[in-house]
Amino acid sequence: MPTMRDRFMNVSGALLDERPDLAIVLADIGFGYFAGAGVVARHPGRVLNVGIREQLLIGFAAGLAMEGFRPIVHTYAPFLVERPFEQVKLDFGHQGLGAVFVSVGASYDAAAAGRTHQAPEDVALMSTLPGWRVHVPGHPDEVEAVLRSTVADRGLDYIRLAESVNPQAVPSSGGLMPIRRGSARAATVIAVGPSLAPVLEATADLDATVLYASTVRPFEGETLRTLLGAPEVVLVEPYLAGTSSAEVSAALKDAPHRLLALGVARQEHRRYGSRWEHDRAHGLDAAGIRRSVTDFLASAA
Amino acid sequence: MQPPVMSYEDLPALMTLMTGDEKHGHASESTLDVLWVLYARVLKVDPQAPDDPERDRFLLSKGHGPMAYYAVLAATGFIPPDALPTFGRYDSMLGQHPDRALIPGVELSSGSLGHGLPIAAGVAAALDLQGRAGPRVFCLVGDAELDEGSNHEAIALAGRLGLSRLTACVIDNGSSTHGWPGGIDARFRLEGWSAATVDGRDHDAVESAVTADHQDRPHVVVAEVERRG
Repeated sequence: MPTMRDRFMNVSGALLDERPDLAIVLADIGFGYFAGAGVVARHPGRVLNVGIREQLLIGFAAGLAMEGFRPIVHTYAPFLVERPFEQVKLDFGHQGLGAVFVSVGASYDAAAAGRTHQAPEDVALMSTLPGWRVHVPGHPDEVEAVLRSTVADRGLDYIRLAESVNPQAVPSSGGLMPIRRGSARAATVIAVGPSLAPVLEATADLDATVLYASTVRPFEGETLRTLLGAPEVVLVEPYLAGTSSAEVSAALKDAPHRLLALGVARQEHRRYGSRWEHDRAHGLDAAGIRRSVTDFLASAA
Repeated sequence: MQPPVMSYEDLPALMTLMTGDEKHGHASESTLDVLWVLYARVLKVDPQAPDDPERDRFLLSKGHGPMAYYAVLAATGFIPPDALPTFGRYDSMLGQHPDRALIPGVELSSGSLGHGLPIAAGVAAALDLQGRAGPRVFCLVGDAELDEGSNHEAIALAGRLGLSRLTACVIDNGSSTHGWPGGIDARFRLEGWSAATVDGRDHDAVESAVTADHQDRPHVVVAEVERRG
């Protein structure tokens, strides 16, 4: 199956053909693809490579946005969000400008590359900034849908691509999508992006309502509030554990509930290997999620 | 370009409206003369049409000490002089750093140093892409502000891209902690910029330098003023 990144690059290249106000801004990473696919040759001025200069990547893109361009800004997550975070905060939000940021690498897709190329904190950081919508697609089809919709808008969008994908896409509603309905007394499990596949496997024989989110900011809490059965809520996010806990609490502020927030642990995990091994280490594979969920539900009994 | 509503001689009194100090010398603000020359003699901007797409863009990156900027904006009709006494108040449009969302004609919200030049490079590139022949892009930075590495990312790229509509004005009051051995202008020249160094209090020299032909290269004018005490 083509990866999310493949789809992003194909679609953004096609969008450049359609939209004269669109520009792709890069810091080396990804430029080879756009050159190889002929996109640079077709639009030499609108695939802009600033070199390995990530502060400039953001500021330069903001300058384009200031003059009416809709920039798509792309690089590895730690170099897009963490290294130039003040530029993200001031050059876009504070200036009142819009952009589509697209990251690759997710929490630890580059597991063997070590900590420098891992960014489990990206969604938490972006969530501190007002106005940003944060998208965590779980399938290449979802990437195309969210890319097309955000490019057509003028706001602030962060799209987080990952190598882990779900077998099937979920049509986006912009909010929480019920994937499986449990009984009236079922616990609720919220799966974000690529977490859906292991969540469905982990809860296959449990009485649980499974909700899916591919857009986590803003967090759509009404569906959760409406479908809440038992007070037990499990939040499974493929990045820093608890990133959306406050949003769940706000959605259920008048409903007694207990929350288990699963995700990437806060301590640094000094291991290389593969993303699957890191999923296992953080309890985010199907077996780990099942273990956490069943323990949590048993503690409620 | 509209003629200034007031004159250079009015600027100290306008600054007094903000500070309450009885007297303001022109030298009290390092940026004052360059700002005045830009707005009174160089920039094609119109307070009646601050969003005209054909206007020149001016980005004040050195947002610290904006009283000179506000005085010039008042003297040239962008903001009413009676707004100046509100400087720094809770409900004022005029903060200690300028905000483009609040002040007509202000292109950049600044304060944190090192943001203006990268954005100005993007603005210049965007205007190139749009094929607009007229607008020029000016960005004012301080010599100490150049300590921020983000500026050097922008200086390098602007030189490589040949962003010829971009002019950086560096106010050099010697406040960079570790200085610039070889001179500030040399740093820009090395990256392919055209460069000039002038007396930052000499209006004719500043005007001549910022309007000098620099062909297919970005341009920097280092405006030297009194050393910071």
